[in-house]
Amino acid sequence: MKVAAKVPRNQDQAERENWDDSGSGRMAHPVIEGEPDLSHGVILYLEDITVSFDGFRALNKLTLSIDVGELRCVIGPNGAGKTTMMDVITGKTRPDSGQAFFGQSMDLTKLAEAEIAHAGIGRKFQKPTIFEHHTVFENLELAMKTDKRVRRSLFARLRSEDYDRIAQTLTTIRLENEADREAGLLSHGQKQWLEIGMLLMQEPRLLLLDEPVAGMTDDETERTAELFVSLAGQHSLMVVEHDMAFVEALGSKVTVLHEGSVLAEGDLATVQADQRVIEVYLGR
Amino acid sequence: MANSPSTRTVALSAKSRMALMAGLALAWGVVPLLALALPAGNPLHLSDYALTLSGKILCYATVAVALDLIWGYAGILSLGHGLFFALGGYAFGMYLMRSIGHDGNYQSDLPDFMVFLDWKELPWFWHGTDSFVWSMLLVLIVPAVLAWVFGFFAFRSRIKGVYFSIITQALTYATMLLFFRNETGFGGNNGFTDFKRVLGFPITAPETRVVLFGLSASLLMGAIVLGRVLITSKFGRVLMATRDAESRVMFLGYQPLYYKLTVWTLSAMLCALAGALYVPQVGIINPSEMSPANSIEIAIWVAVGGRGTLIGPVFGAALVNLAKSWFTMSFPEYWLFFLGLMFILVTLWLPDGIVGLWRKLRSGRAAAPAAASAAPPAPAVPATPTAQPEAKAAGMSGRTVEGPVAKGA
Repeated sequence: MKVAAKVPRNQDQAERENWDDSGSGRMAHPVIEGEPDLSHGVILYLEDITVSFDGFRALNKLTLSIDVGELRCVIGPNGAGKTTMMDVITGKTRPDSGQAFFGQSMDLTKLAEAEIAHAGIGRKFQKPTIFEHHTVFENLELAMKTDKRVRRSLFARLRSEDYDRIAQTLTTIRLENEADREAGLLSHGQKQWLEIGMLLMQEPRLLLLDEPVAGMTDDETERTAELFVSLAGQHSLMVVEHDMAFVEALGSKVTVLHEGSVLAEGDLATVQADQRVIEVYLGR
Repeated sequence: MANSPSTRTVALSAKSRMALMAGLALAWGVVPLLALALPAGNPLHLSDYALTLSGKILCYATVAVALDLIWGYAGILSLGHGLFFALGGYAFGMYLMRSIGHDGNYQSDLPDFMVFLDWKELPWFWHGTDSFVWSMLLVLIVPAVLAWVFGFFAFRSRIKGVYFSIITQALTYATMLLFFRNETGFGGNNGFTDFKRVLGFPITAPETRVVLFGLSASLLMGAIVLGRVLITSKFGRVLMATRDAESRVMFLGYQPLYYKLTVWTLSAMLCALAGALYVPQVGIINPSEMSPANSIEIAIWVAVGGRGTLIGPVFGAALVNLAKSWFTMSFPEYWLFFLGLMFILVTLWLPDGIVGLWRKLRSGRAAAPAAASAAPPAPAVPATPTAQPEAKAAGMSGRTVEGPVAKGA
C-alpha cells in the first residue's frame, strides 16, 4: 500500500525536475524547473569565463557577480568584451572555459537562448531590436510573459489583465499615444524605450541593457536613468554604457572591463580615481 | 488604453465572408450550370478545355498561397515547392493507376509500366494504394514527413536565405532524378497517365471535371481562409516577428524552430493536396513536375501577385498561367524570356506585386483630391501622402525596398 502510494509521487517529481515542458517547445537540454535559487543573494555569477575567437581572447578569465536587486554599470573601452559577456550570459556564445550561473543552480552555459529568456534574463541590444512591422502594442504583446509554445500561440487570446499590463507598460515607457503606430516609424529614442518596455513585459529577474541611451536626447536619457533606478530592487540590472553622465546619474556600483577581464570595481568616483582605469580608458 | 482595438483584427471581415460565399456559389452553382446545362453551341457554354485550364490554375494558385505563407510571412523562400506538389500528385496518381484495373493496354493486375518492365508483383509501397482513403493519407503524410524532417534539420542548423533556397532547389532536383529511374517504381520519365476513372466515375466525363473544379476552388478558398486565420493569430505575429528580427524573438523566449516548422509543414501539405487535385484534371504526372524551373515559376507567381498578401498570389498564379497558355500557343519560343522579363520588372518596380500596385493606386486616388485642394504645387502628388511613411519604414528595415528576391536572400 505504501509503495503504491509512493510511486506516482516519485514519477511526478522526477518529471517536474528533469524535463520541463512548460518552456517554449521541446528543447535539446533539460530546463531546471521553476525559479532560480537566489538564497545566497546573488543573481548572476560568472567565474573565469574565457572566450576566444580565432586566437583573440574576447573574454579572459572574467569573474563577476551581481546581487539580487542590484543595479550595476559596466564600462570599458571598445573591444573590452562587454557585448561578448552579454552573449555568454544569454546563451548566444558558449564560453571555452569557466562557469556562468543564474542564481545558485542554473547553469547558463548549458541552456539555449529561449530557455535562458524563459528563466528570467531579458536583454536589450545595442542597436534597438524591435519588430518594425508590428505596432507598438503588438511588440509588447509578443514580449509578454506567457506560454510561448506554438500550440498556445495558435489559440492565444488577450485577457483583460493582459490589456492592463500592456497599458501600464505603455505608460511607463511613455508611448501610450503610439500604441497603434508601426514600431518602425518611432524615433530612435522611442525605439529604445519600446525595447525596454518589451523587456519589462517579460518580467525578467535580470535585465541586461547594452547602451540603452544611445541616440536619446538629454531629456530622454534623464528619464531613462530615473526608470532604471526605480526598477532596481524588484529587478537586477546590468547596464553597459559609454555615457558617463548617464552612469553618474544611475549612481550605482561600476565595473570596468579591459581586455576581457575586470580591471576595477567600485563607485564611479573611486573607479575614476584609479590610475589603471585612467590609463586604459578615461584618460584617453 | 485598455480598450484599445489594437491588433484585435477579426480573421474574416463581413466582406471576406461574402466573397467566400460568392466564390463557393460560383464554383458549385454557376460553373456546373454553364458547363453542363448549356449546350455546346451557346456562347456562355464552358468548354472542357476552359474548365480544365481553370481547374489547373486553381491548383497552381493554391500552391502559390502555400508558398506565400512561408515566403511572405516567415521570410523563408523555398525553391522546391514543386516537389511537395508532385509528391501529392504521385501519391494520388498511384490510386488512379490502380483504378485503371484491367482496362490498361496489357489488361494486367499491375499498372502498364510495371508489365512493360516485366515486374511480377507490386512493390511494397504500392500496397493499399487501391484504397482511396489510404492514398489520400499518403498524399498528406508523405510530403508532411519529408517537409518536417528536412525542415527540422535545416531550421535547427539555422540555415537561412539564399542557402535555404538553394538546398530546397537541390532537394527537388535530386528527387526528380530519383523518379526518372524506372527502378524507383513510379513509371520513370513517363510517370503515370491514361487514367480511366476516379472513385468509379469516368475521369474525362464533364460531370467529373465539374466536381474536380469545384473541389479545386474549395481547396483554394480553404487555403486562403486557413492562411488568414493563421496570420491574424498570435502565431502569425510571432512568425512575422521571426521574419523581421529572429534574435529578438529568441531572446523573448520563443523557439523560432517550431514556428517555422509548423508553417513549413502546413505549406507542404497544402501543396500536396493541390497536386492530388491537379493530376486527375490534367491526366498525367511525371518527374518534370519536380524540375527546378517549375519551383522557380511558383516563386514568380507569388512575386507578381504580391508577397505577404495571401490574395495576391492567386492573381499572380492566374495571370502568369494565362499568359503562359497564350504565349506557348502563339510564340512558344519567347515564353521564358517573357517570364524572366516579368520577374525583373516586378522586382524592380512592383516589390509588393499587383496587390501592392492596386493598394497604392487606391490610396493615391483617395488622397489626391485632399492634396489638390490643400497644396496646389505638388509635383509628385499621386503617391506621396502614403508613400512617405512607407518609404521611411522601408529605409529603416530594408524590407519594402529590397524586393522579393533580395528579401528571401
